[in-house]
Amino acid sequence: MAEQNGMVERRGAGLWLVHLGLIVGIAFIFFPIWLAFVASTVEQQDIVRPPMPLLPGDQFFSNYARALTSGVNAPVSTMLLNSMIMAVGISLGKIAISLLSAFAIVYFRFPARRLFFWLIFLTLMLPVEVRIVPTYEVIANFGMLNSYQGLILPLIASATATFLFRQFFMTVPDELAEAARVDGAGPMRFFFDILLPMSRTNIAALFVILFIYGWNQYLWPLLITTDPEMNTIVMGIKQMFPSGDDTADWPVIMATSILAMVPPVLVVVGMQRLFIRGLVDSEK
Amino acid sequence: MATLTLNNVKKSFGKTDVIHGISINVADGEFIVIVGPSGCGKSTLLRMVAGLETTTSGDIQIDGRRVNDQEPMDRDIAMVFQNYALYPHMSVFDNMAYGLKIARTPRAEIEERVAHAAKLLQLETYLQRKPRELSGGQRQRVAMGRAIVRKPSVFLFDEPLSNLDAKLRVQMRLEIKALQRELGVTALYVTHDQVEAMTMADRMVVMNGGIADQIGEPLEVYANPATEFVAGFIGSPPTNFLSAEILGQSGDAKIGVRPEHTRLSDSGSLKARAAYSEALGAETLVHLKCADGTQFTVRQDAASMIPQEGTEVGLDWDPANEMRFDSSGRRC
Repeated sequence: MAEQNGMVERRGAGLWLVHLGLIVGIAFIFFPIWLAFVASTVEQQDIVRPPMPLLPGDQFFSNYARALTSGVNAPVSTMLLNSMIMAVGISLGKIAISLLSAFAIVYFRFPARRLFFWLIFLTLMLPVEVRIVPTYEVIANFGMLNSYQGLILPLIASATATFLFRQFFMTVPDELAEAARVDGAGPMRFFFDILLPMSRTNIAALFVILFIYGWNQYLWPLLITTDPEMNTIVMGIKQMFPSGDDTADWPVIMATSILAMVPPVLVVVGMQRLFIRGLVDSEK
Repeated sequence: MATLTLNNVKKSFGKTDVIHGISINVADGEFIVIVGPSGCGKSTLLRMVAGLETTTSGDIQIDGRRVNDQEPMDRDIAMVFQNYALYPHMSVFDNMAYGLKIARTPRAEIEERVAHAAKLLQLETYLQRKPRELSGGQRQRVAMGRAIVRKPSVFLFDEPLSNLDAKLRVQMRLEIKALQRELGVTALYVTHDQVEAMTMADRMVVMNGGIADQIGEPLEVYANPATEFVAGFIGSPPTNFLSAEILGQSGDAKIGVRPEHTRLSDSGSLKARAAYSEALGAETLVHLKCADGTQFTVRQDAASMIPQEGTEVGLDWDPANEMRFDSSGRRC
């Protein structure tokens, strides 16, 4: 029996070696995060005086409380909320818009349908940074600086997601649309009652990716939010670094970093379960 | 319950004509089977009646109403698709109830109608299951149930049995026919399987290249095929065709004789060499080759003599069973 398993399972020294490699790799990646966590639980003096502590201190609650309620420029709780609104807004907006545009491209015959598809596809090749100056101009003229609309709207269309949904819709059998037509469902009814529930797993997968994309936005919030109350957390960390002669409040900065990591991790862990369940009971 | 009338119905895709004018009057409660090889336009014709394809010219009337420009749901039809087209994320109940929900039927009535259909189709214990948890035959029944609950004037079936295995196909064939009788609904049924056509149809339409070659009762079509194509398509194994020449007659006509009407006998006028035979148990199909290379099949009872491969035998038949076709394939 052992010989048969030998094909898939490494035994003895090989097994240990593989695990050792994995453990070293994980330790290597995890170490900086650990250091950040340790730094967020000790006092300022412990950090600046070498050697740096490697075990957590006793200031966990006071440092995190300080970060959440007052922070450096703005309370971290405010920045977390801003980031959350922005990330959720961007991901839900992107999903809604790309679902609808993919629906239009796949199920409706309108003039220049292919042209529109390729135009959408072309925008894949333009990153935010390339169009950032004109976008800024537009948003400023609309008076959307320092607002949630300003944070969300310019990032809300997604060619990637449109393309993904288009590919998925094309695998849905035509007979389903025809059966719905015979049943008397109009186009939007078909969309909401049949296409949308069938796209659940794709939506879940995309939500994870888009949420992290939205959460990690740095340049755009940095440009359009000048009011600390509107800062998002990822750019907010940068704003916490002192300019000039001030000293950096490292424990609070590190606590903020750790806090900034929590929501994306929760989203990945939470949605992964749904995502995998969706993959297992495939329904086509 | 309704009549269905097609009046010189035509369909073109761009410049390609796929249906060249078909007319038929379907009586109330009649079961019409449209049969033909793939690409003959039979599915397109059905989809035109359903309203899933536009009609290029001609009229389609259901119960005397012209429905050419109506949406499928307004035509009072129900359709069963080849791959069933069940909504994968909905339970069997919801699949059947979906059309009624859209039509804003009261909840109590929906439940009653679905329960009735489920009872007819023996699906009562499966109502809360998802389609993927059902077998092929059960999915087929759900698709039928979805059609039944709408109480349509006309049932449309698009090769509904072609995804089932042979045994189930025979069983469902009987069930569909019995159900249609019981409900008394006019039905249009498309298939490429001539056995389904023969067994289910009140009348059948044999289509060939966008034309209805013959419309008639199955046995009538079998006994009196209007064209060479119909004679070759209906009946299994197919009709044997011989040139007039080989029978010592003049003209360029073709003579058709069915395998079951032919006898092997030494006195037969036509000589042929046995090529190979297929024993099916109850009967044996003997394939022969005539002097001019024409293939000829004879159906022999299991008890009869089966010639050895390579031996020459005579073929004989009652002249009354001869079918004569002119050079254009028409009966003459």
